[in-house]
Amino acid sequence: MSSENGKLLPETDAGGLNFEATELTLGLPGESRVTSDGVAKLGSKRGFSETVDLSLGDNKNTNKFGQSQIDVPEAAKSPVSKAQVVGWPPVRGYAKRRTKSCKYVKVAVDGAPYLRKVDLEMYNTYQQLLTSLEDMFSCFTIRNYLSDKKLDQVNGIEYVPTYEDKDGDWMLVGDVPWQMFVESCKRLRLMKSSEAVGLAAPRTPPKCSSAS
Amino acid sequence: MHKKMAFSFPDEVLEHVFSFIQSDKDRNSVSLVCKSWYEIERWCRRKVFVGNCYAVSPRMVIKRFPEFRSIELKGKPHFADFNLVPDGWGGYVFPWIVEMAGAVPWLEEIKLKRMVVTDESLELIAKSFKNFKVLILSSCEGFSTDGLAAIAASCKNLKELDLRDCEVDDLSGHWLSHFPDTYTSLVALNISCLGSDEVSLSALERLVGRCTSLKTLRLNRAVPLDKVANILRRAPQLVEFGTGTYAAELRPDVYSDFAGAFSSCKELKSLSGFWDVVPDYLPAIYPVCSKLTSLNLSYATIQSPELIKLVSHCPNLQRLLVLDYIEDSGLEALASSCKDLQELRVFPSDPFGVEPNVSLTEQGLVAVSSGCPKLQSVLYFCRRMSNEALVTVAKNCPNFTRFRLCIIEPRTADYLTLEPLDVGFGAIVQYCKDLQRLSLSGLLTDRVFEYIGTYAKKLEMLSVAFAGDSDLGLHHVLSGCESLRKLEIRDCPFGDKALLANAAKLETMRSLWMSSCAVSFGACKLLAQKMPRLNVEVIDERGPPDSRPESCSVDKLYIYRTVAGSRFDMPPFVWTMEDDPSLQLS
Repeated sequence: MSSENGKLLPETDAGGLNFEATELTLGLPGESRVTSDGVAKLGSKRGFSETVDLSLGDNKNTNKFGQSQIDVPEAAKSPVSKAQVVGWPPVRGYAKRRTKSCKYVKVAVDGAPYLRKVDLEMYNTYQQLLTSLEDMFSCFTIRNYLSDKKLDQVNGIEYVPTYEDKDGDWMLVGDVPWQMFVESCKRLRLMKSSEAVGLAAPRTPPKCSSAS
Repeated sequence: MHKKMAFSFPDEVLEHVFSFIQSDKDRNSVSLVCKSWYEIERWCRRKVFVGNCYAVSPRMVIKRFPEFRSIELKGKPHFADFNLVPDGWGGYVFPWIVEMAGAVPWLEEIKLKRMVVTDESLELIAKSFKNFKVLILSSCEGFSTDGLAAIAASCKNLKELDLRDCEVDDLSGHWLSHFPDTYTSLVALNISCLGSDEVSLSALERLVGRCTSLKTLRLNRAVPLDKVANILRRAPQLVEFGTGTYAAELRPDVYSDFAGAFSSCKELKSLSGFWDVVPDYLPAIYPVCSKLTSLNLSYATIQSPELIKLVSHCPNLQRLLVLDYIEDSGLEALASSCKDLQELRVFPSDPFGVEPNVSLTEQGLVAVSSGCPKLQSVLYFCRRMSNEALVTVAKNCPNFTRFRLCIIEPRTADYLTLEPLDVGFGAIVQYCKDLQRLSLSGLLTDRVFEYIGTYAKKLEMLSVAFAGDSDLGLHHVLSGCESLRKLEIRDCPFGDKALLANAAKLETMRSLWMSSCAVSFGACKLLAQKMPRLNVEVIDERGPPDSRPESCSVDKLYIYRTVAGSRFDMPPFVWTMEDDPSLQLS
């Protein structure tokens, strides 16, 4: 995925609630949230559930019995890789496995009472993993920690993806090449931005993965 | 004159007659005939099946069937297999074990599916049931090899230990060594789900050697090829075998050892495993192929030419699980070699890739449907489909009982006409009158649901994703499918109206799952009020549903009938609708 003017934010809508800015887009550093034609990128939630969630209290989805107007966003596809919808296609761990065993790690989110598990073997790139985490923890805003942009603080708390490696150290996600990350990651934690100060920052900006 | 109908058979005779009636459905029917039949039947029911562990409490089951010896329980909804049910949702078996430990000491069999099983539960099983024989855990989690050690150490009469698709915590203990040297009654062992380094090979070899009745052995990946021969030689009577890892450099001595061991197994009917299989080792199994009825190659990353060679050696194959490496050409070969094929499952080798990596299309499915007259059960992942192909398949296979098609990209239209696939699936339900299970995919409008509601009268389970236009779709299904027991829906524009209009239907079903649909919280509350014998569970990780407007859609909804009331073990992200104004948080 190419780097656009990653620093610009999309326009706020009339209501003053900048949905796009607070929308979850876990991205690798340098990536924009919006493609050049203004369509929301893969990293944001899309599909039916997005339409529902973003129109709180708005009954545009069904006006009368049988007549619904679902606006499925067009931005569902990228020619290079696609974001993974949680649980789709409906393959189980065993059916996906080819040569390596599952690499399940627990994912904790600060402030959330529950854990999820992800199978790192399911992904080929950081982008895929982060998108999937977005889907799983859809109520949290996860910050692109390496970009300098100041996100609207409307939603308040932002989260930074971190992981514990084999040595027990907590590192920022995106630090090392993907495969190395998969091998050394023991568990993931979406840490509140304020607490992530002091974690090892990447020495060089990770490249967008070409291996997708 | 008053003619009195009296059953003059003594209870023992009726009991004997009932003992020939094994199916739960029939047993349930028997118990409805009259009060005395109800009484006799409940005392002699030996196998209890509970399709939803929250539909009834363990005490109720024990009270009604005091003498059961076998219990089967299912926990989480099916979509838990695909990560849609958050960890901690529920499905704990421990409370059941506790109740049964006290009241059913002669329990022999426990079969669990999608339940959380702790080491504590396993230890309690090991301690409590002196005649325990069969433990089958399917897609379960929550236990470690410590729990298995307890079972191995204490269950002297154990016959079956089957851990299919479980998630087991690797504590690298030599749990297999806990089977005493005097223990010889093992008939079936399935440890294929265990991770590496969890099995002590020498303990396994000794165990296999002394259990001369062993018929089923499914190894895990940790068992290397050169050790497999040792194990096979100790168990030439095996009927079902799952290899360990196949990865090995091709060495003539290992190969001939392996081939020799295999050829001494004259009874083999089912093979599985094949992780990392190297094609050069495949000919070693050709001698047993002619007797094979079941072959699971879903881990085998071999390509179409080798797969074709393999299946052409298996004329008696009834069941095949395979990756889409088999391609259309391989399925055509299958269709011409395996005329007894009843069940086919084709899994995607690269489910998340955008472009097809193999040449597997609707043609392969059509070929098998045409060549295999006994085909009944299909699970097929592919990337394109046409109405024409589906209609052909439907006409070729009117005997389908299970048809699950997954077109990998959601909302994919008929690739020839660009139309929805309504007509194709419509043909499936129209021609396949005995269809019990159906999974839909591709571009589908409300029309497909109209077909389903009209024709699928024997349908018991329906899975729907990214389909339909409106509540009418859901309404067609709920009002038309008379035999429907389980309905699971994700990402469809189905909302309140159809659900509320068909509230009574939900009590005739086991469960309904809806996620990423358009059901409002308000409707959930209304439904729960209307239907006190349903548990309406809202699973929402965004926080309490009443912190949002009532018209806001819930994230996930799981509705099931129950006579046990609300459950007590709900995690913080599950809400049931209670009558009192404050929401119940358990």
